[in-house]
Formats: sequence, structure tokens, C-alpha cells
Amino acid sequence: MAANAPALTFIVLFLPILAAVLAPGLTRFLGDRAAWVLALAPALAFLHFCTFLGEVAGGEVVTGGYAWVPSFNLSFSWFLDGLSLTFALLITGIGTLIVIYSGGYMKGHPDQGRFLAFILLFMGAMLGLVVSDSFLMLFVYWELTSITSFLLIGFDHEREAARRAALQALVVTGGGGLCLLAGLVFLWNITGVTQLSLLVHLENGLRESPFYLAALVLVLAGAFTKSAQFPFHFWLPNAMEAPTPVSAYLHSATMVKAGVYLLMRLNPVMGQTPAWEILLPFFGGITLISGTLLAVRQTDLKLMLAYTTMASLGLLVMLTGFGAPHAVEAAVLYLIAHSLFKGALFMVAGTVDHETGTRDLTKLAGLRAAMPITFGAALLAALSMGGLPLFFGFLAKEEIYTALAAGNPRAVFFTGLAVAGNALMFAIAFAVGLKPFLGPRIETPKHPHEGPAALWLGPVVLAALGLLAALFSGLAHRYVSSPMASAITDQKVTVDITSMPHLGLPLMLSIITMVLGALVYWRLDTARALMVRALENLGPGPDRGFDRLICGLVRLSVAVTRFVQPGRLEIYITATFILLALTLLVPPLVFGELPGVPAWPQNLLVQEAAFLLIALIGILAVVRATDRLTAIVSLGIQGFAVAVIFLLFGAPDLSFTQFMVETLSVVILALVMTRLRLSPRDHRPVGQMLFDAVVATACGLGFTLLLMKSVEAPFDNLLTDFFNAYSKTIAHGANVVNVIIVDFRGTDTLGEIAVVMITGLAVLALIRVRAGSRTGSGEGR
Amino acid sequence: MAAPSTDLSAALVLASPQLADWLVVLPVVLMIGFGAVLMMVRKSVRLHGTIAITGLALLVLLDAALLIRISTYGPITMVMGRWLPPFGIAFTADLFGSLMAFVSAVVALAAGVFALRDIDAGGRRYGFFPFLMLLMAGVSGAFLTGDIFNLYVWFEVLLISSFGLLILGSEPEQIDGALKYAVLNLIGTTLFLIAVGYLYAIFGTLNMADIAGKASRLRETAPLVTLTALFILAFAMKAAAFPVNFWLPASYHTPRITVSALFGGLLTKVGIYALIRVTVMLFPVEREELSFVVAVSAALTMVIGALGALAQNDLRRLVGYVVIAGIGNMMAGVAIGTPAAVSGSILYALHSVVTMTALYLVAGEAARLGGAWSLSGLGGLYRRAPWFSAASLALFLAAAGLPPLSGLWPKVALLKASLDIGAWWLAAAILISAFIVTLALARVFLLAFWRPRPEPAPELAIARDWRIAWPLGCLTALSILFGLFPETVLDLSQRAATGLAEPSAYIRSVFPGGAAP
Repeated sequence: MAANAPALTFIVLFLPILAAVLAPGLTRFLGDRAAWVLALAPALAFLHFCTFLGEVAGGEVVTGGYAWVPSFNLSFSWFLDGLSLTFALLITGIGTLIVIYSGGYMKGHPDQGRFLAFILLFMGAMLGLVVSDSFLMLFVYWELTSITSFLLIGFDHEREAARRAALQALVVTGGGGLCLLAGLVFLWNITGVTQLSLLVHLENGLRESPFYLAALVLVLAGAFTKSAQFPFHFWLPNAMEAPTPVSAYLHSATMVKAGVYLLMRLNPVMGQTPAWEILLPFFGGITLISGTLLAVRQTDLKLMLAYTTMASLGLLVMLTGFGAPHAVEAAVLYLIAHSLFKGALFMVAGTVDHETGTRDLTKLAGLRAAMPITFGAALLAALSMGGLPLFFGFLAKEEIYTALAAGNPRAVFFTGLAVAGNALMFAIAFAVGLKPFLGPRIETPKHPHEGPAALWLGPVVLAALGLLAALFSGLAHRYVSSPMASAITDQKVTVDITSMPHLGLPLMLSIITMVLGALVYWRLDTARALMVRALENLGPGPDRGFDRLICGLVRLSVAVTRFVQPGRLEIYITATFILLALTLLVPPLVFGELPGVPAWPQNLLVQEAAFLLIALIGILAVVRATDRLTAIVSLGIQGFAVAVIFLLFGAPDLSFTQFMVETLSVVILALVMTRLRLSPRDHRPVGQMLFDAVVATACGLGFTLLLMKSVEAPFDNLLTDFFNAYSKTIAHGANVVNVIIVDFRGTDTLGEIAVVMITGLAVLALIRVRAGSRTGSGEGR
Repeated sequence: MAAPSTDLSAALVLASPQLADWLVVLPVVLMIGFGAVLMMVRKSVRLHGTIAITGLALLVLLDAALLIRISTYGPITMVMGRWLPPFGIAFTADLFGSLMAFVSAVVALAAGVFALRDIDAGGRRYGFFPFLMLLMAGVSGAFLTGDIFNLYVWFEVLLISSFGLLILGSEPEQIDGALKYAVLNLIGTTLFLIAVGYLYAIFGTLNMADIAGKASRLRETAPLVTLTALFILAFAMKAAAFPVNFWLPASYHTPRITVSALFGGLLTKVGIYALIRVTVMLFPVEREELSFVVAVSAALTMVIGALGALAQNDLRRLVGYVVIAGIGNMMAGVAIGTPAAVSGSILYALHSVVTMTALYLVAGEAARLGGAWSLSGLGGLYRRAPWFSAASLALFLAAAGLPPLSGLWPKVALLKASLDIGAWWLAAAILISAFIVTLALARVFLLAFWRPRPEPAPELAIARDWRIAWPLGCLTALSILFGLFPETVLDLSQRAATGLAEPSAYIRSVFPGGAAP
């Protein structure tokens, strides 16, 4: 490789994002032809990744990267082995076709530029996801695919269904992403490793760790939500609200496979444990069967395909976790085959919709003459999906049965599942790829004719690849399947299955599958009616459940908020003081910070005791007062008594300040009260008063205990001595308190002066309340 | 002249301070000065904008210089009136304080520019810009002072300035909010003052470096856990942590949106700053004892804040609850207390200052374009203002902690820190809160942006305005930049957290010749 290869790969990883930035401008400039230019970005990336094929097939790993966040031990680094390279090729290759297809599909749409930008952004995110080496980089790209998918599903944002589907996808996959983050941080904690390339070669520790199961469940939550496994599958069919290029790209060929990718990536280090081999096949199997059954029920071409996508993802998860020899090879082959035929079929469904105005299966027939090229592509793709010999889908199916079919009950069970699922998928394949084109023509909303090259190029290329890859299976295995399978199992694997049927149990199962599938296809309407009835009896599914969950969450949040924020100041103050009492009383008890019993003061003077008593009387009078004016004046008694006590203990300045404050506050409060009603002081019921008294006493007790404990040790006179020593000599002031205020701590005084000034200004602003406008809407919601 | 018998060196710092040391006090001096000038020209409303923006721009420059200086040479101290510490008041800035001061200044400048459009002549005549300057004086002082009583003074300055801002306009709803705000915050500030009183009774000093040095000696006898608990309560009130967060939802939606933006960005973070300063640097052992309670409060704050956001229909209230959810995250870092966790809190605070201010500005702009504050009344913004929608979406993702924006990194840091000590439930709370906030903000995007307008209102031609586009654009750009290239800030916050856990450099900058007697 050339010396600048890492830099080149780095640029290639950002190529789609760069194209996305350019897309809106370019579309304004070039119109519908912009897509052909923009497709160059993924095409170049595709070619760049092709240059690694030889190296990777030889068992090497292409890595590179730059430091990104060294504090988290995180580098922007990529890691291309058979697994990620295959994914990168699928993403950029199919991506090129999709961008071209989007140009044709969105022709004339006012937001075409924005759409292409989103698609390309997604492409950049997806590409980053599969080549990421660092955990956090993987997570960043993972969430980016969720966000771009949110934007794409909600592209047609003026329809409510699209908005709902977008939110649903974001909530499910974004929530799964958070679980994945937790799982990845767990892995980081357990192993101390932050890179996948190091993790997969880890010798020991992870599977034996007590946190293995927690990490596994969290990672699986991420993978299952992304790859639409039961019971998180519901967002995927709803995502069909997106324009068809999105469905073809995100929701069949790429994004939904991110979960499968992650499972395959982690297989060497987390696989081969009982939990892995139970959870994956179990959820995968359920997804496979429920997906195919739900697909049969639909008449919308896109929805039929969406449910079979879900089923296929289930099959892939099941195979990845099955644990038998050949299972991983089967998953690899099926994944590649699926990307090719499903991408093609989705684009066909989009073309049919675009050209006829409907994608309802019951309203489509006889299109073969009007749309011959599309028909050819559809048929080829359906043959591969159905798993007929000579097609790549056949290879995959043979390998699946080779892996699954064994004597033990578990194998028999999963073989049965696979046969049933594949048979139903066979039926759907031809229902989508053949049925609309056969029979007599039915009138459609638009007069059908073949679409432009942009629309048929993608399906034709992908469908043809499904055939070519099988015909030249040796080449495909050498460069793609074998390296990928080797990467997943972390040992050298050679895939050698060819498209030549050879006798044996797998072929038998294949034939059974086809016969069953043909049977269902023949009686598709009956099967659909059956499913509709069965599902009606089953009641609401998780899709409804999602709505209920969100509704419930909103209702819960309203209730909680109303409870913790009732809008009345009294409640807030009470709660605050209860908390204050707890803060003051609990820690001394728990941490042994209660003061000792104080000695009775020896030298208490009569006047000191007298003024203490007066203060207490003042307080009692406040509590006992029947009207507000009395209460205010009584509070003054307490204040003046405290001022005198300050005086007695040698703080004349403080005492004078206190006198001033007390006088002013009594006068001002009394003046204010003349504008308000004075008499009925208190409306609280007795219980409430008692409760308030307890809270108040508890706070007072707490403060007292803390004070007693604080002064138990002798006071450190360091500052006092300093002030006394230098007040006169350096600061030239005889009154130490004054010197403290204006010199030693003059900055505090500056701040306080500012406070007084600001208060004045605030009062000025406040007294401009418009009279009479006080309707008092308050905090009420 | 002092009598020759007096040894001046025992009382005063005789060496004149280095020019760079002045940077520690200049932000406060600048803001008080500009505040005074603005009050003098109170009647000439036209001049206010220019003067204030000049002042705030200078503040950004000063804080930037201070940050660069400190990140290169470590903490710096300047004593007021030359009195030797701990006798006078020392301003000591370390990385933590200067980082917060810098980010606050940036946000204040952005809000100031936004105010040029948002605050009308009436609001200016009653002192919006003087209040803003003095608020920033209080905020800067709080971040840069090294004296705990002085910290209290700056709390008071910013509290009373914020009160002035809050009642600007004097709508009845504002008065109701302001009353709750004032009463509850005064309680909180008073608790802080009382706690300082106890602290002085125990330590006989108010200088924080001095306290940090003496705490270990007094731990045996003094009631330091109770004292720390009291400090935590006081600062939790200022920071609006559950269950003492009542004042925030009661008041933040009532003033002008610029004021909400300033409050959402700055005020609660000053509370968090003080909480971290006192618990992590001064009383680490006591913080450890109380960590479980703080962790529970943090988890509840996160979840209840997020739920509150989901429950709201009014955009301003919604953002207020998102602010609270963020406070929970920062508290989580304090509860865990390891340097990694504290650095997560600092990161989160920096991110939150920028993002929350920007979110309020988004709410303001949405209301200007859409003519309503409520989600039910808004709609069609996506079609109408694509750039604004893109910025809003970016900020929503940032607030929800999704990549590639600023919210991701603090979340990862806190998540890692809580799993490191085995507090899986705290990690779960972080993720659940992030999930609910995502849902709440995605709902905003769906309803206010994507959904077509409820009733086709007459299409008012609302001009694009640089006074809105620039602040919003710059804050969004900051969030994106930090999301993509987090290393610089991450590194700074980690160093800041280490400096708090091991404050020897801080202490040395106050007492170059060794600790006070």
C-alpha cells in the first residue's frame, strides 16, 4: 500500500458527509442530475475499499487512525477485516445505486437536495459505524445513524404518520443506543480495553466476569432494537413511511443490519456461552416466524417487504447465535444475499409505486409489458430470495440447512422454524417480484410505463449481482464470504459451497421449503385472510403498546410534576424547612457530632439573664399575638433585646446596627401593614399550627446543637489578634470594626454597597407595577 | 508612615503584584465599573447597548487571558489591600474557576447581543443592562474569589441583580414568580451565611486555602459533617436540586426570554460551582460520608427534571426542567467524588452553561416566529426557518446528550465514573434521564417544527436579524465544536478536577511561603 493510505481512508470515510454538505447547493444548481454527480462520492469510496480486498482475503487487517480524545483513550481509528470490509462495500456499493435511484425517485421534489443530503449523511454514519475500532467511536456513529434515520423517516413531516414513525424509531433505536453505551462502558470497565480489535483477541476474563451477563444484556438491547428483533420490531414496518429509497437503503440493506454486525463483531469474545446460545436463537427464531406471518397478512408491497426484512434479521440473529459449525457461514451468505435481493425488491416496489400510483398488491397486475426491465430485475431478485438454484440465495439456504439440520431436539426445532420461515418468505418473494407483473392489466391511478434509467439501474445491478455472485461463487467466497466468516469466528474459515445442487439432507429441506412456499403463493389470499383473523383474535401488538407506553409516561410525568411542584409558596417553604431540620439533626446523630451537656454558666450577670428573658418573652408574644401589628411589635422586642445583649458583650457597633435594623423594620413593616388587613392573623387549623411549630422547633434545636458543638473547642484567635495588632499601626484606625469594614475586608463592603445600589434600582423597577392589572395567573399550569 | 517599630512584612504583601495577577480581579472591576457607568447614563437608553456589549466583549477577552495564564502557570492569587492571607480577602483563581468564568462571559455576551433585539426601551430604562453588568460582577466574583465570606457577598450581588432582571416589566405573573424566587433564594443564601458563621467559629479563618489546609486537623473535634451537610443544602437550593428546586420552575418562565436564558445558563451553575468548591476541595472526607444522600438527590433530580420536561406544554417551562435534569447530572459527579467524576461534573457544567442559554434563546426565537410559547400553538417552523431548525435540532441533541454534540462527553465521563465505583443505579438514572429528555425534546421538534401550523395564520414577513442569528449560531457552533473536538476542554476539566482533589497548587498560590500558622 502507498504510504498515504491511512490519510486516504480517512478522507474516504468523510466523503459521503462532504457530499451531503454539497448536496443542497448542487441540487439547486444541477437540478435532478445532481444525484449522478453526488453518487460519485460513494462510488469512489467503494472503489477505494475494493483495493483492500486482496489484502483482507489474505488474512490481513487494515487499520489506521488518529488520536481523537486521548483523555478517554479514544482514537478515531478504523479496522477493516473481512466483516467490516464486506459491510463497507455493501454500504458504499448499494449506496451509490441508491443515490442515483433517489435522483429519479425524488425528481421534481422541492426538497430533493435536503433528501440527498440526509441520505449521504446517513451513509457517512453507517460507514463509520462498521469500520469503527474504538467503542465510543462506534457508539457515536451508532447514534448518528439513529438521528439521520429519524430525519429520513420524518422527511414527509407534514403527515402525522411519518412524524409518529420517526419518533418511534428514534425512541426505540436511541433508547437501545443508550443501553449499548452502558454495555460498552461495562466492557471497558471489565477488560480495560477500549478498542474492538483488542477486545476480540482477548484471551480470557470477559466470559468469566460476574458482569458478563449484564454487559451482554445491555449490548443485546442495543443490537436487538436496531435490528428490529421481537418485541422491538414494530418501528421497522412503521418506518416505511419514509420515501422508498430510504426503506431500500436504511431499512433493509444497511442500518437494520447494524445490530447483526455488532453481534457478529462480538461473537469471538462474547459468543459460545449458554446465555448467548439461548438468547440469540430464541429471539431470532421468534422474530423470523412472526415477521413472515405478519408479512403474509399485508397487501402493501413495501410493508410485505418490511416484515420479511424483520424475519430475515431474525434468521441472521438466530444463525449468529446458533453455535453450530457452518452457522456463521450461513449467516454470512444470507446477509450478503439478503442485501442484494431486498435492496433490489424495495427499489422495484418504489418504481412500481412511482409509475402506477399504487403499491397495493390487490390493485396491481399485468405490468410485465409496460415495465419489462423492472420486471426482469424483480424476477431475478425474487428467484434469489426464494432460494432457487443458480442464485446466491440458494447458496445461503443450503448452508443454513447444513448448519441447522442435526439430530438433537434443539436442531430439529430450529430447522422447523427455518423451513417454515423460508417457505413463507418464498411466497412473499414471488408475491412482490412476480404477481404484479402477471395476468391481465388492471387500471391503476397512473398509466404505467417503464421508469427512467435512474430507477431501473439499481434493481437491475443488484439482482444481476445475486446471480453472478452465485455463478462465480469461488471468487465471491475467496474475497468476501470466507474472510467475513473468518473474522466472525476469529479463525480461518473457508466457504466452498457452490450453486450446483448436490444430493443430501439440505437439498431435501430446500425442496420442501419451495414446495411449501409455492403452495402458500398459490393460496395467498386464503393465507392472508387466515392471518388477518388470527391477528384480530390476538389483540393489540407492541405497536399499540408503544403508544400506550408513551402516553402513560406523559401522564406519569404530569402527575409527578404536579405533585412536586404544586405552585404554593407555603408548601415550598415548609418542605425546605423540614429538609433543613433533617440536615441539622440527622448528621449529628449518625456521625456522632452531638455536643456534650454544657455546664451551667457560672458568671451569668443579672442584666444578661434579664435581656435573654426579654428576648424569649418577645418570641412568645409573637407566637401568641392575635393580630399582625402586635406580632410585628413583639418581634421588635426580641430584636432590641438581642441588640442589648450585643452591647453587653462588647460589640457596640454591631449593637447600634441591630438597633437601626430593628427600628426600621418595625416601622416599615407597620407602615406596609396599614395598607393591608391587620386583624385576623392566622387561619391555620390547630393541627397545621402544631406541625409548623414542630418544624420550627426542630430547626432551632438543630442550629443550637450545631452552635454548641462548634464552640466546644476554643476559638482560634488568629484573625482577631492580627486585626488588633495592625488596625492602628498600619491601617491607622482606632476602631477595629470600622477598619475591618473599610480596609481589611473592604472588598466585601464594596459588594454590599453594590447590593444596596442594585436594590434601589430594583425597587424603582418594581414600583412601576401597573395598578389594577393584578389578575394573578401565577404559577398555575 | 507606619511607625518604624512595625514590621510591615508580617502584615502586608510587600512585593507589588505582577501585571498578570491583576487578571484575577479585573473581570469584577470591569463589570462593576461598566454597571456604574450604565447607571449614570440611565436616561440615555440609546447608549446602553453599545456600552454593555463593549463591556461584555472586554470581559470575554479578560477571562480568556486569565484562563490561558492559569492553564499555563497554575492558580494565581491577588490579595486585596495587600493584607497577607488569610487576614485580608484573597482572590484566587484556579482552572475550575477561570473555566467557569470564561464560559459565563461568552454566554453573557451572546445573551447581551440577543437582548439588543429582545429588550425594548422600557426594559432598558428600568435597568436591564446595569443589572446584567452587576449580575456578571457577582458571577465573576463568585468564580474568582478565594474567600468564603466574599463568595457569599458575590452570591448576594448576583441574587439581587437577578431579582432586578426578573421583575423587569412587572407583569403580574412575573411578580408571582419573583416572590417565590426571592423568598426561597433568600432562605438558601441565608443558610449559606449561617454556615459561613459556623465555619468561622470552628476555623477562625475564611480563606479557602487556609480552611482546606486546616480541615484535617479539626476533623476529630469539630462538627464538620453537619456543617458540610448545611453547605450542601444551601448550595443545592441555589443549584435547584431536588427536593429544593421549587423556585426554578416557579419563576424561570416569567421574565423576558433573554433573562431566562442568562439564568438558565449561569445561576444554577454558580450553585454547582460553590458546591464543588466547598465539598470537593474543602471537605472531601465529609463529602464522602454524605455521598449516598447526594447521590440519591442527584438521581431524583435527573429523573424528576426529565419527567417535568416531558410534562410541559410551555417551551420555557420545558427548558427549565431540562436545566434541572442537568443539575442532577452535575450532582452525580459530586456524589461520586473521584477526580474523573468531578471532571465529568465540570464538563457538564460548561456544556450546560452554553446549551441551556441557547435553548432558551431557541424558545424565544420559536415564539417570535410562531407567535406562541406553547407546543400546542406552535408549528411549521421547519418549513419556515430551516437554519433555525437545524440549530435547534443540534441543541436538542446536545441537551439530550447525543453525539456528536457537547452533551455526549460529560455523560460518558459520568457514566464511566459511576460504573467504576459500582453505582449502577446512578448510571441507570443518567441513562433514563437522557432517554426521557430525548423524548421530550424530540416531541418539541415534532410538534413545533415538523407539524404544520395548527391554523394557517397570515404569513407575517419576519426578517432575519443578526442580533438573533449571531448569538444562537455562535452558541450552537460552540456546542458542535466541543462535541467534535472535546480533547482541549476535557483535558482542562480533568486538570481542574485534579486541582480540586489535590489543592496543593491552590494553597501554594495563596501561601507561597507555606501555610498560615
